[in-house]
Amino acid sequence: MTQASAIATLAPLVLAPALLGVITRTKAIVAGRTGAPLLQPYYDLAKLMRKSAVYSRTTTWVFRAGPVVGLAALLIALLVVPLGGVPAPLGFEGDLIVFAYLLGLLRFLTVIAALDTGSSFEGMGASREVSFAALAEPALLLGLAAVARKGGSLSLSTMYAHVDATAWAGAAPTFALVAGTLLAVFLAENTRVPVDDPTTHLELTMIHEVMVLDHSGPDLAFILYGSALKLWLLGALFVSLVLPVRSGTVWVDAGTALAGMFALAVLVGLIESAMARWRLLRVPQFLVGAGVMAALALVFMLG
Amino acid sequence: MAGRVDSVLVLLALTSVLLLGSSRLVRCIRIVAFQGMLLAVLTLAVHAHALTLRVAMLAATILALKGAAFPWLLSRVLQEADVRREIEPLVSYVSSMLVGVVGFAVSFWLSERLPLPTPPISSLVLPVALFTTLVGLFLIVSRRTALTQVLAYLVLENGIYTFGVGLVHGTPMVVELGVLLDVFVAVFVMGIAIFHINREFDHIDANQLAALRD
Repeated sequence: MTQASAIATLAPLVLAPALLGVITRTKAIVAGRTGAPLLQPYYDLAKLMRKSAVYSRTTTWVFRAGPVVGLAALLIALLVVPLGGVPAPLGFEGDLIVFAYLLGLLRFLTVIAALDTGSSFEGMGASREVSFAALAEPALLLGLAAVARKGGSLSLSTMYAHVDATAWAGAAPTFALVAGTLLAVFLAENTRVPVDDPTTHLELTMIHEVMVLDHSGPDLAFILYGSALKLWLLGALFVSLVLPVRSGTVWVDAGTALAGMFALAVLVGLIESAMARWRLLRVPQFLVGAGVMAALALVFMLG
Repeated sequence: MAGRVDSVLVLLALTSVLLLGSSRLVRCIRIVAFQGMLLAVLTLAVHAHALTLRVAMLAATILALKGAAFPWLLSRVLQEADVRREIEPLVSYVSSMLVGVVGFAVSFWLSERLPLPTPPISSLVLPVALFTTLVGLFLIVSRRTALTQVLAYLVLENGIYTFGVGLVHGTPMVVELGVLLDVFVAVFVMGIAIFHINREFDHIDANQLAALRD
């Protein structure tokens, strides 16, 4: 592992919860409030880690395994996702598919842990999560396939290394389409506002939050930390595409990408302030639309 | 220059997809208006190397007609007819978009096989023109209100125009303006017809028009 690659892995480990803080803060400022401190997610995590977990008698080991294995899947995914021009420490040919399925594994475990509680409420959230994921995953894969075609490699690190200013000049419309797709997938997979409202609780329309209602203590901390990491990972795919800074100097590349990540957090805060959550019926349309954009991009790349 | 043309063409394809997935009549009218404006930009972008007064006038006419006059006319019909409902598709929005993707792939496949007398200005012209035409045809058969069919007809015409502007160099201005005039009259007549149909029968559902008696 080179020194440069370490940044791509260590930065999210430390900074990912701060993204959540920035999003909340942006929303607070737009709404004219002072808002929670930027480091609030870290305080929350520390608080949850000190508590002990409570398990319902109806749950089995599946419920306990969910958060742990989910977090492990994300930690592995961290090793293959590059940050801007900084390659990932474990890039290999085909890791883009591994990445997509590690996210799939995380989702599977969250869903069966939710089903394991036996609560019909959590089952409802699980069913929504799965039906939306079935539409978001093709969009993500098609979008990445278009970039992979341009980069001539199925490794995330290699293909993103080829996305520089010259590549953008040659295929700007296509890259813009892929960027739109990735942003849509980013919002949907992280259950941000147009798709789901992460701040609601006990409401019939929520998706992700309803699945983790029964988790407590360190388990909930793992889930919170995991969702921060997921936010970072999918965000990194988007930011690395739209900021084609590939100077070769590690500090410049990494610095731009990090600044880009926090700019993205501000953007998400602004989107959440400006939009209301959609009706559930609109969400599949939105995701299919994202998939269609990715498909168009891929056809443009192949044509 | 090719980059600029490509960007406009990609936007054109995107507006068509958006049209397949949108449910409100008002929104459809806005999208078609935007598509009309894109055609004006496309005209300018294609002739960017030799911008003449003729081209500028043609672009201005397209902008005025497709970007402003048609949408205004159709919104008026919409207000008068008092049907601000959703467009009641025969094929659902999601399936329509998927049909769109298939149509797009078919257009690409087809455009590689068509023998052309002159090389097009960009490799995307032919697929996008075919795609827009296909979307227009698809919308005509899959949407029920008469107003959507007028919109679909406009999209169809936009596709044909894209084909012309990208492939045929130096069409006489008279021909272009003649076509625009035809489209204008067609939309005008259809707008008035829809208004009358609505006043007579209280709906503009095209499926029921077959059963009309006087």
